[in-house]
Amino acid sequence: MSTETIHTRIWHEEPEPDNPFATRTAYCRGYDVFGQMVGKTRWIEMLVLLFRDELPDTAALDMLEALAVALANPGPRDPSIHAAMCGGVGGSSAAAVLIAALSVGAGRNRGAREVFDAMTDWKRLGTHIESWHTCSQPESKDHAVDIWPDREHPPGFDPYGVTTATSVRQLLETLANIGSTPFINWLQLRYKELENIVGLPLDICGVAAATFLDLGFSPEEGEMLFLLLRLPGAAAHALEQQRNGYKQFPFYPVELQDDPAAREQP
Amino acid sequence: MNNPKLLTAHAGILRTRVGACWPGTRAVFRGLDLHQDLRDADWMELYIFGITGRRFTPQQVRLLHTIWVLTSYPDARIWNNRVAALAGSARSTPAQGIAAALAVSEARIYGGGPGLRAIDFFLRAQKAISSGQNLRNFIETELKSNYIYGYGRPIDSCDERLPWLAGIAEEQGLNRGTHFQMAFEVEKILFDMGKSNLRMNYAGMTASLCADMGLSPREFHIFRIPMFLAGMPPCWIEASEKPEGTLFPTPCDAITYEGVEKRPWPRQSTK
Repeated sequence: MSTETIHTRIWHEEPEPDNPFATRTAYCRGYDVFGQMVGKTRWIEMLVLLFRDELPDTAALDMLEALAVALANPGPRDPSIHAAMCGGVGGSSAAAVLIAALSVGAGRNRGAREVFDAMTDWKRLGTHIESWHTCSQPESKDHAVDIWPDREHPPGFDPYGVTTATSVRQLLETLANIGSTPFINWLQLRYKELENIVGLPLDICGVAAATFLDLGFSPEEGEMLFLLLRLPGAAAHALEQQRNGYKQFPFYPVELQDDPAAREQP
Repeated sequence: MNNPKLLTAHAGILRTRVGACWPGTRAVFRGLDLHQDLRDADWMELYIFGITGRRFTPQQVRLLHTIWVLTSYPDARIWNNRVAALAGSARSTPAQGIAAALAVSEARIYGGGPGLRAIDFFLRAQKAISSGQNLRNFIETELKSNYIYGYGRPIDSCDERLPWLAGIAEEQGLNRGTHFQMAFEVEKILFDMGKSNLRMNYAGMTASLCADMGLSPREFHIFRIPMFLAGMPPCWIEASEKPEGTLFPTPCDAITYEGVEKRPWPRQSTK
């Protein structure tokens, strides 16, 4: 048998004496999951603990939980939910529905990669309004080619927005009231100035990015959390469309702009 | 851009040049009737036409096929294949296992990422040479600021696929392109610079051949998506035929825990 092992500082399991594959005790960051945590632990505490050795204070947990509520369902207009519904309406498997939501919701337009981009940029820009003037400039073409398509708008801002949506302002205000954390508070005070500089209104991706930064998450962690936290809505909407049936689901008209049949007509 | 009117203009309709189907009647694929005009097409020919909108010669299509064939390894230890195999072992569906394995192949240190960077390297190198720069100087500059993708391989720097691919390229008369020739020149320069471990790898050779066929980095990236595909179904199938859960079962002692010591949960309840 191989002596190769998986290394982790997150999880430790002790086996039952009669079976090396059966869990007698599981520890998450040193805490006994089934013996002590279950029944005494908020789901959001477990979520944070998977990413951190130590629990944050209650305000930080409350902030993340509030954001989780806000992100739980982007709604049926969102492309990730639309993708999940495409899976649901055709009777695709549950995992395929969530894979569809994850794949579409992963991108640089209102998706998890936009959160990653915003966190990366904003960490560098900080809370110095002057430095944000560079944010509205097009991305340098000197960067290494990437599997991701190029950015088409400054991350965290709505490329098609006119003013900051009420829902975004409400979320920002709520988070600022809970946590008094630096980035979210600064964003609440200065978002109008930022919007003037960038030329676009703030988007919910930006609020999520600022929250993750304030809570000490890395851009990679923020990207993962954004993907995870939006899945409940995808699941629910997909199942709803499965029940409703395909006849109630849009199959849009098409305008084919390169049609051989049209070319053949005299 | 700062305007929802663009969204309004696109709402509720698909305007497209790539194709459409009218169930019961016909289907159009990039301006051609799929059944009338393309029914005899080889699948690769159709795939690359779908990506580029351009038609490729039978020799080029043969070479593109070979690029996929030579790296179809049904080894369930390889990370992307392991995903497909674990899905089989866990009694998930083949499409879920293989779709996940394909998505996993778009990775940073193998598959999608290095391929994209390798073709980008060759295209930029060729541009530099065309503007009068020396290839060795270009490589030196690249090495200072970047890795050179397309060269070097973990475990064993000798890539067993290359002689076979080079042979087919020669057989099909596609071994005289500028980028393909340059790929060997780069390897020689790296060797002369003391970088003997940076031998050409599969990303390097395939990228140079595809650059010679006129593929852009994005086209090359999309062409490579199913590159490992053929090796995945055998992994799923074999795992699904063995007793459930028997692929890489992990006993508790096969996990090396390196985290904080055991400690009591500090809170009494969620209320």
